[in-house]
Amino acid sequence: MNDFFRRMRRAKPLLILPLLLLSGCKWALMDPQGPVGEAEKSLIFTAVILMLIVVVPVIVLTLVFAWHFRASNKKAIYRPDFHHSVPIEIIVWVIPCLIILGLSILTWKTTHELDPYKKLASTKTPVQVEVVALDWKWLFIYPQLHIATVNEMAMPVGTPVDFKITSATVMNAFFIPRLGTQIYAMGGMQTELHLMADHPGTYQGLSANFSGDGFSGMRFNAIAADQAGFDAWVKKVRASGQTLDAQSYDQLAKPSENVPPAYYGSVNGDIFYGVISSFMGKAMSMKTPSETTTHSSSMSGM
Amino acid sequence: MPTDAVAAHGGHDHHHDHAQEQMDNKVFGFWLYLMTDCVLFATAFAGVAVNGHSYAGGPTGKDIFELNGVILETACLLISSVTYGFAMLGAYRHNKSQVMMWLAITFLFGLGFIGLEVKEFVHLVSEGNGPERSAFLSSFFLLVATHGCHVTAGLLWMGTLMFQMGVMGKPLNTTYMSRLTMLSLFWHFLDIVWIGVFTVVYLLGSMT
Amino acid sequence: MLGKLTWSAIPLDNPIEMGAVGLMGIVVLIVLGFVARYNLWLYLWKEWITTIDHKKIGIMYILMAMVMLLRGFVDAIMMRTQLAFSHGASHGYLPPEHYDQIFSAHGVIMIFFVAMPFVIGFMNVAVPLQIGARDVAFPFLNSISFWLTFVGMALVNLSLAIGEFGQAGWLAYPPLSELKYSPGSGIDYWIWSLQISGIGTLLTGVNFFVTIIKMRAPGMTFMRMPVFVWTILCTSILIMAAFPVLTATIGMLTLDRYLDFHFFSNDGGGNQMMYVNLIWAWGHPEVYILILPVFGVFSEVVSTYSGKRLFAYTSMVWATVAITFLSFVVWLHHFFTMGSGADVNAFFGISTMIIAIPTGVKIFNWLFTMYGGRVRYEPAMLWTIGFMVTFTIGGMTGVMMAVPGIDFVVHNSLFLIAHFHNVIIGGVVFGCFAGLNYWFPKMFGFRLESKWGTRSFWFWLVGFYFAFVPLYALGFMGATRRMEHYDNPAWVPYMWVALFGACLILCGIICSILQIVVSIRDRKQLMDVTGDVWGGRTLEWAISSPPPFYNFATTPVVGDAEPLWDAKQRGTIEREARDHYEDIHMPRNTGAGFIIAVFAGVFGFAMIWYIWWLAIISVIGIVLTLIIRTCNDDIDYYVPGEEVKRIEKAHFLKVASLETEKQHAD
Repeated sequence: MNDFFRRMRRAKPLLILPLLLLSGCKWALMDPQGPVGEAEKSLIFTAVILMLIVVVPVIVLTLVFAWHFRASNKKAIYRPDFHHSVPIEIIVWVIPCLIILGLSILTWKTTHELDPYKKLASTKTPVQVEVVALDWKWLFIYPQLHIATVNEMAMPVGTPVDFKITSATVMNAFFIPRLGTQIYAMGGMQTELHLMADHPGTYQGLSANFSGDGFSGMRFNAIAADQAGFDAWVKKVRASGQTLDAQSYDQLAKPSENVPPAYYGSVNGDIFYGVISSFMGKAMSMKTPSETTTHSSSMSGM
Repeated sequence: MPTDAVAAHGGHDHHHDHAQEQMDNKVFGFWLYLMTDCVLFATAFAGVAVNGHSYAGGPTGKDIFELNGVILETACLLISSVTYGFAMLGAYRHNKSQVMMWLAITFLFGLGFIGLEVKEFVHLVSEGNGPERSAFLSSFFLLVATHGCHVTAGLLWMGTLMFQMGVMGKPLNTTYMSRLTMLSLFWHFLDIVWIGVFTVVYLLGSMT
Repeated sequence: MLGKLTWSAIPLDNPIEMGAVGLMGIVVLIVLGFVARYNLWLYLWKEWITTIDHKKIGIMYILMAMVMLLRGFVDAIMMRTQLAFSHGASHGYLPPEHYDQIFSAHGVIMIFFVAMPFVIGFMNVAVPLQIGARDVAFPFLNSISFWLTFVGMALVNLSLAIGEFGQAGWLAYPPLSELKYSPGSGIDYWIWSLQISGIGTLLTGVNFFVTIIKMRAPGMTFMRMPVFVWTILCTSILIMAAFPVLTATIGMLTLDRYLDFHFFSNDGGGNQMMYVNLIWAWGHPEVYILILPVFGVFSEVVSTYSGKRLFAYTSMVWATVAITFLSFVVWLHHFFTMGSGADVNAFFGISTMIIAIPTGVKIFNWLFTMYGGRVRYEPAMLWTIGFMVTFTIGGMTGVMMAVPGIDFVVHNSLFLIAHFHNVIIGGVVFGCFAGLNYWFPKMFGFRLESKWGTRSFWFWLVGFYFAFVPLYALGFMGATRRMEHYDNPAWVPYMWVALFGACLILCGIICSILQIVVSIRDRKQLMDVTGDVWGGRTLEWAISSPPPFYNFATTPVVGDAEPLWDAKQRGTIEREARDHYEDIHMPRNTGAGFIIAVFAGVFGFAMIWYIWWLAIISVIGIVLTLIIRTCNDDIDYYVPGEEVKRIEKAHFLKVASLETEKQHAD
C-alpha cells in the first residue's frame, strides 16, 4: 500500500494524458463534422478545464493527506483540535462559486446559441427534412423535393438542414453524433433541429432513446456530399418506382427491424402532418392485453 | 424522557407523561403524513393543469359539470366538517355519548357526499364520458376519485372508531383522543382539498 | 378464475431464465432446509419476523440489500458479456426481449432494492443510537416499512419465474410502457413492486423525521447532532416530499394501463412529457436520498479514523441543507433534449451546477478533517478515501452534463451511464461498504476482519475504473445506452476492458463475502468487548456491542456535538452499573406488519395477473389486520428496573474481566 501511494503521487503528470488522448482521436464527439458539433466539443474542453482547477487539487490533496497523516507517520503535524478555519472556509466556498459563476455565464450563452430550434446562420437556403421515428426505422421526407427515404438521408455540404421531427410510435431521439445535438421524437408533437455538415462523408445516425426490441437496429446513414453528389443522390431516389402515400406508409409503419435503406421516388400527401394529427381527436383504445403491438392504421384521420 | 437528574419516583405520572408524549408524536407524524398527501394531491392537480384542456374532441368541463350536484356535495362535506368539530368538542369535555352522536351525523353527511359523487361518475360513464374518453376526463376522474377514496377511507376509520368506542366500549383515553384528533386533521384536510377541487376543476372548468 | 395467469407465464423456453429460477429455488431451499434442520421457525418468527426493534430491522434491510446486490450484479455481468460479443454479424447470447428486461431489472434492483435498503438499514441501525433514543418514533410502522420493501423485492424476483419483467428501462417511460406497446405483465410487475415498496419508504421518511425532531436526548440541540443524523433528517424531508410524486405518477400509468385512461398515451390528448417531468421530479431527489446518508457515513468515518473532530461542522450542516433544497430545482437536467427551449434549459443547467458548490465544500471538509490527524487504514477509511477521489471525478462529469450544450451530445449515451455509475458506485456503494465495516461490530459484537476487507476495496476500486472509464470513452464515440448490439468494431476493445473491470468487481464481491465468512469464523478474536471498538466519538459507542434491546439504560444528557468524546475527555464515562434503574417502556413485537405486507404482496400479484377477486380479498385482509391491530390495547410493556440492572451489570463485568485479561496478557 505504501508503494501504491508513492507511485500515485509520481503519476500526477499522467493526469494530463487523458486530455491529450482525447484531442487527437477520431471519436465522434471529438472529431465533429459540423459547426454545431464543433461548438459542443469546445464546450466540453472548456468545462473540463475549468473544473480541473478544483478536481485536480482535491484528488491530489486527498491522496497526499491520506498518506502523509497516516497513523504510523509520527513525524506529521498532529493537530487534534484543528476543526475550524475561516480562511479555509472562505476559499472552499468562494473558489467553487467563482468557477460555477463562470460556467453559468458560459452555460446561459451557449444554451441559447446551441438551441436546437435556432436556425443556423448561413447564406445558403436550408434543406427541409421531415423525420418520422417508426418501429424501428427512420423515415425521411423531403417536402421541397417530394422524395422520401428510409434509414438513409443526405445533405449538401455547407448547407443547413432544418429538421422537423416526430414519432409515429413511442419516444425516440434523433441523433447524428458527428454532427451534434440530438432531440426527442415524440408522438403527436413536432420537435425541431438544425444541423449542418462542413465536410463530406457518411455519418452514422441512431435513436438515442430506447424504444423497444428493434432499438439497436434503428440506425441510419447521414450522407454529406457536395452539391453535385447530393443532386445525384436525389436523382437516385427519384429513380425508385415506389411512391410514399397513405397505403405504402401503413405498410411501412408495421414493426420491422434492421431495415436496409429504402427509397420512395415520389410522395403523395402530407404524410408528416398526417402522422402527428393521427394522435389527435377521439381516443383510440386498445383494451385487450392479448393483442400484439401491431401498429394499427393511423392514417384514417387524413 | 426523565433523566437521572430527576428524582426517581416512577409511578403513574411518569407513565402518563410518556404516553402523552407518544400520542403527541403520533399526531405530529400524522400531520407530516398529511403533508405528503398534499404532495400527492398536488401531483394530481398538476395532471389537471397539464391535461385540463386536452379534450381530444370530447366534452369540455362546461359540457359535463352539473354545478347543482357539486354544490350539494360541497355542502355535505362542509357540514360534516362542522359536525366533526362538535364531536371533538365532546371529546375535550370527555363526553363520549356526544362524541358518538356527532360522529354518526358526520358519517351520514360523508356518506351523502360519496353517494352524490358516485352518482355523478355513473352518469358520466353511462354517457360515454368516462376517463377513457380524453386526457381531460382522465385527469378529472383521477383527482376527484382520489379525493373520494380518501373520504371513503376516512369513513371506514370513523366507523371503526365508533365500533371500538361504542360496541367494544373503549374509553376516551389518550389513545382514543389522539386517534380522534388524527381523524379530525384528516377530515378537515380533505375538506380543504375539496375546496381546491371545487374551485379549480368544477368552477374554473365550467367557465371554458 | 386466475385472470391472465396461465402455465405459459413460466418461461420454460428460456434456459437462462429457467437456470436463474432454478438457482434461486436452490438457494431458497437451502435456507429453508437450514431453518428446518435447526428448528429455527419459532426463533425466526419471534425474533426477526415480528420484531419492531430498529436494530434488527436495520440488519434485515442490509442483509436484503447485500443479497440483491448479487442479483443486480449478475444482471450487470450478463450485459457486459453480451456487449463484448454482440457486434457485427454476431448478436451475442441474449435476444433483445431478454436483454431489455435485464437492463430494466438491473436499474430497478440496484436503486430500489440495494441502495435504498442499504441506506435505510443504516438509518435504522445508527440514528436512534446516535441520538440516545430507545427506538424510532413509530416502531410498528418501521416493521411495516421493512416488510413492504421486502415484498416489493419478492415481486421483482418472482417476475423471473412467472411472467416477465418490464422492458422499458428502470423508469418505464410511456408511451413504451403503455399497454399498447408493453402488453405483457412486465410493466405491471414494475408498477406494483415500486408502489408497494414506495409506501414503505414514505413511512420511513415520516418515521425518522419525527424520531430526530422529537426523540433526541436532552441537551442534544440540532447543532449538537452527529452529521449522520443531520443527513438523515434531510433525507427524510426528501423522502416525504418526493415519494408521493412517485406514487401518484405510477398511479397515473397504472390507470392508463388498467382502465384506459389517457394521462400519457399518444392519443386521447395524453402527454408523455408530463410523465418525464413528474418521474424526474421524484427521480432527482431520489438520488440525493441515496447520497446524503452516505455523506453522513463518511463524516462519521473520517472523523473517527482520523482521531479528530469533523472539520467545519456548521458549514457541513448548511451544505447538507443547501443540497436538500437545491435538489428540488434541478430535475429538468434529465431531459434537456426534450425541447424545452433555451431559457428553461439554461436555468436548470445553472441550478444543477450550483449543487456542486456545497458538495465540494463537504469534500474539502473531509479533507481537512484528515489534516493534522492520525489516519488509520481500516477498511471503512479506505472506502472513504476511494470515494473522495472517485466521486469527485463523477461530480465533474455530472457538471459537464449540466451544461445543456454538452448534454445535447452525451444524453442517454454510455457517457451518462459512466457518470451515474461513477457517483453511485463511487458514492453510494463505497459509502455502504464503509458503513458496513464501521457499524458491523456495533450490531454483532465483533468486527469484520480487515485483510479481506482491504482486498475487496482494491478490487472494487480498480475494477470500477476498468469497467467505467471505457464507457466514458464510448460515450464520446457516439455509443448510446440500452443497445444490445452495435456495428462499430472500434468499440469492441473498450467493451472487453469494461467486462474485465466487471470481473474485477466480481472478485471484490467475493472478497466481501469471504470477509464476512472469515469474520464469523474468527469472531472470538475480533470481538468488540467494550462496545467502543474504534475509539468512537458519538453515543452509539457508549453502549455494549450488540446493544441491549432497550439501547440506553438511562437516557444520556448531552453537552457537546461529540458526546462520547467529550465524556472521555472529562472522564465521566460510566464504568459500573448503578444501584437503581427506572422501568423502561418498550413496545411489544407484532406480526401485524409482516401480515399486512404479505397481503400487499398478494394484492400486487393479483393486480399483475388481473385476478380481481384475489386483489379484493387482499385489500380486505390489509384493512382487517390494521383494524384488529388498533383494537389491541396490549401493545407495550415495561421492563423492570431490576432486569435492566442485571443486564447492565453483566455487561460491565464482562468488560472489566476482559480488560483484566488483557492487562495480564500485556
